[in-house]
Amino acid sequence: MSARRGGTLHHLVRSPRGAFALAVLGLLALTALVSLFWLPGNPNQSNISEAWQSPSPTHWLGTDSSGRDIASRLMAGARVTVLVVLGAAIVSGVIGLALAVVSALGPRRLREPLIILIDVLIAFPTLLLAIMLAAVFGSGLPVVVASVGIGFGVQIARVVRAELRQINAEDFILAAKAAGLSRWAILRMHLLPNTAPVFTVQLSLAMGLAILAEAGLSYLGFGAPPSVPSWGLMLEESQAFISIHPLVVLWPGITITLTVLAFYLLGDALREAMDPRLRFGGRRDGGERNDLGDRSEA
Amino acid sequence: MTVTTSGTSPAHALPLEVNDLTVSIGDTELLHGISFSLAPGERLGFIGGSGSGKTLTALAVAGLLPEEAEVRGSIRLGDTELVGKPDRELAALRGERIGVVFQEPKTALNPLLRLGHQMTEALALHYSLSRAERKEAALRLAARVGLKDPERIVRAYPHEVSGGQRQRAAIAAAISAQPGLLLADEPTTALDVTVQKGVLQLFRELTEGDDTSLVFITHDLAVLAEVAERVLVFDGGRVIEEGEIAQILEAPVHPITRALIHAAGGEL
Repeated sequence: MSARRGGTLHHLVRSPRGAFALAVLGLLALTALVSLFWLPGNPNQSNISEAWQSPSPTHWLGTDSSGRDIASRLMAGARVTVLVVLGAAIVSGVIGLALAVVSALGPRRLREPLIILIDVLIAFPTLLLAIMLAAVFGSGLPVVVASVGIGFGVQIARVVRAELRQINAEDFILAAKAAGLSRWAILRMHLLPNTAPVFTVQLSLAMGLAILAEAGLSYLGFGAPPSVPSWGLMLEESQAFISIHPLVVLWPGITITLTVLAFYLLGDALREAMDPRLRFGGRRDGGERNDLGDRSEA
Repeated sequence: MTVTTSGTSPAHALPLEVNDLTVSIGDTELLHGISFSLAPGERLGFIGGSGSGKTLTALAVAGLLPEEAEVRGSIRLGDTELVGKPDRELAALRGERIGVVFQEPKTALNPLLRLGHQMTEALALHYSLSRAERKEAALRLAARVGLKDPERIVRAYPHEVSGGQRQRAAIAAAISAQPGLLLADEPTTALDVTVQKGVLQLFRELTEGDDTSLVFITHDLAVLAEVAERVLVFDGGRVIEEGEIAQILEAPVHPITRALIHAAGGEL
C-alpha cells in the first residue's frame, strides 16, 4: 500500500486544490522576492502623458491614471501583501491559540472571564479597532497587521476553543490520562494535533481575509501610505474609472481574488492532508471496516 | 529496561483496599461509602445498571475523576494511599501500576496516531525506549493481545481496522507497561457477540497468574460469569451485595441482584 506512505506535504501536493494553492502562493512569494531586486519599471514614477495606456511591451499590463506602470505596482504590492499576511497570521495564530487553550483547559477562574473577553472582542469591529489604533499610532501597515491579527485572533480562539472542549471530552484523552501522560503531554500529543485541522483552516481563512482587510483599510486610508504600492491602494485609486478603464481595476481585482482563493483552498487541502481519515476521499466518521476480519480470529 | 524485551513483570500485583469511598460533585453525593478489597491476581466483577456507581468507583481508583469531584475515604494500592495524592504523583502510577480499558473502541484511540504508537504510549512514557525497542514492543504487544498480522496493524490508523481489533489494540495499550491492576469498563459492550467471546478469552489469559488483578465492569451477568471470580453488585452508588460468582448466581440475596439474574435469563 504505497498510497499510505508520505506525510502531510506529500498529500497536499497530490490534491489538485493543494497543488493549485501552492502554485499561486509560491508565485506570490517569488514575485515579492524578485520585486526586491528587479521590477519592469518604477512603480511610483508618474507620467501624466502616459496615463491609461493599454498593455504593451513597455507596460505589460498598461498604466494607471497617473501613468504609473501597473505590472511594477502589482509586483511591488506583493511585498505588502506577503508582509501583511505573514504578520496577521503570526499575530492571529498566537493570540487565537493562546486564548483558546487557556479558555478551554485553563484554571476555572480564568476560563469564564476569558470567554467573555473573547465574545466582547468578536463583537468589536476590526475597522473600529484599526481606526482607534491609527488614531494613537498613526496609520500604516503595523496598524493593519495589529488590528487584523487581533480581530481574526479572537475568531480563531472561539472556534478552536470549541474544538478543544469537544476533543477533551473524548475517551482517548481519558485513555491518555490513564496511561499516565501529564496535562502538558496530552495537550501536545493529543489535543493540539487533533485541533490542527480546524486551526489551519481558520488560519488560512484569516490569511485570505487579511488581504481583503489590507485592501479595505488601505482603501479607507488607514493602511499603506500612498508612497507604498499596495493592491488595496491600486483598487482605491482606480475604482472611480471602472466604466472607462475596466482593465486598470481588473488587474488588482483579479490578483486579490486569486490570492485569497489560494489561501482558502490551501486551508481545505491542508485539512484533508493532515487527517488520515480524510485522505483519498475517506469520510471523517466513516471509512470503518466491518467486524468480519476479526470474527475469524475470535 | 529488561521489561521491554523479556516480558518479565516489573510490578507484580498489589492488594487494593478501598474503604468508605465517597464521591460527590457539587452538592450531589454520587458514591456513598463504597468498601471492598481485591487480592493480588484476583478477578473482581462490578455489576449494576447505568448510574449505579460502578464506573465512577473504577475511575476513582484510577484517579480519573473530573477535577471538580470531591473524594473522601481511602483507596490503598499496596502501601500507597491514593486519595488526596496530587495528580502529578497519581499520573506516575497510571499506566505503570494501573491500566484502564474503556467501553468504546471507536473513541478510545486517537484517530491521528498509528496503532503501534498508541499501544506503546504508556510503556514509552514510563520507560525510556529507543525507536527500535518501541517498534519491537508494539509488535510483541500486538501478538500478545492476539492481533493477526502485527506488522500491518502497528502501522495502521484506528479507522483502518475493525472494532474488535481496535479494542484489542486498546487493551494492548492498557497492559503495555505491565500494570498489576487492570480496570476494564464494559470493554465488550460495544462489540458484537462473536468478537466479545474472543476479547473475554483475552482478559482471562492476561489475568491468569498472580501478576495482574482485574476489575471488570459490566451490566451483563453472562459476560461477568465468564471472567470474574468474585462480584460486587452496585445500585444507587452503593454496593448492595458481594460474593463469589457461583454463590451470587445460585443464591442471590438482594432483590436487585435477583432482577439482574432474571434479566440475564436463559444465557446462564
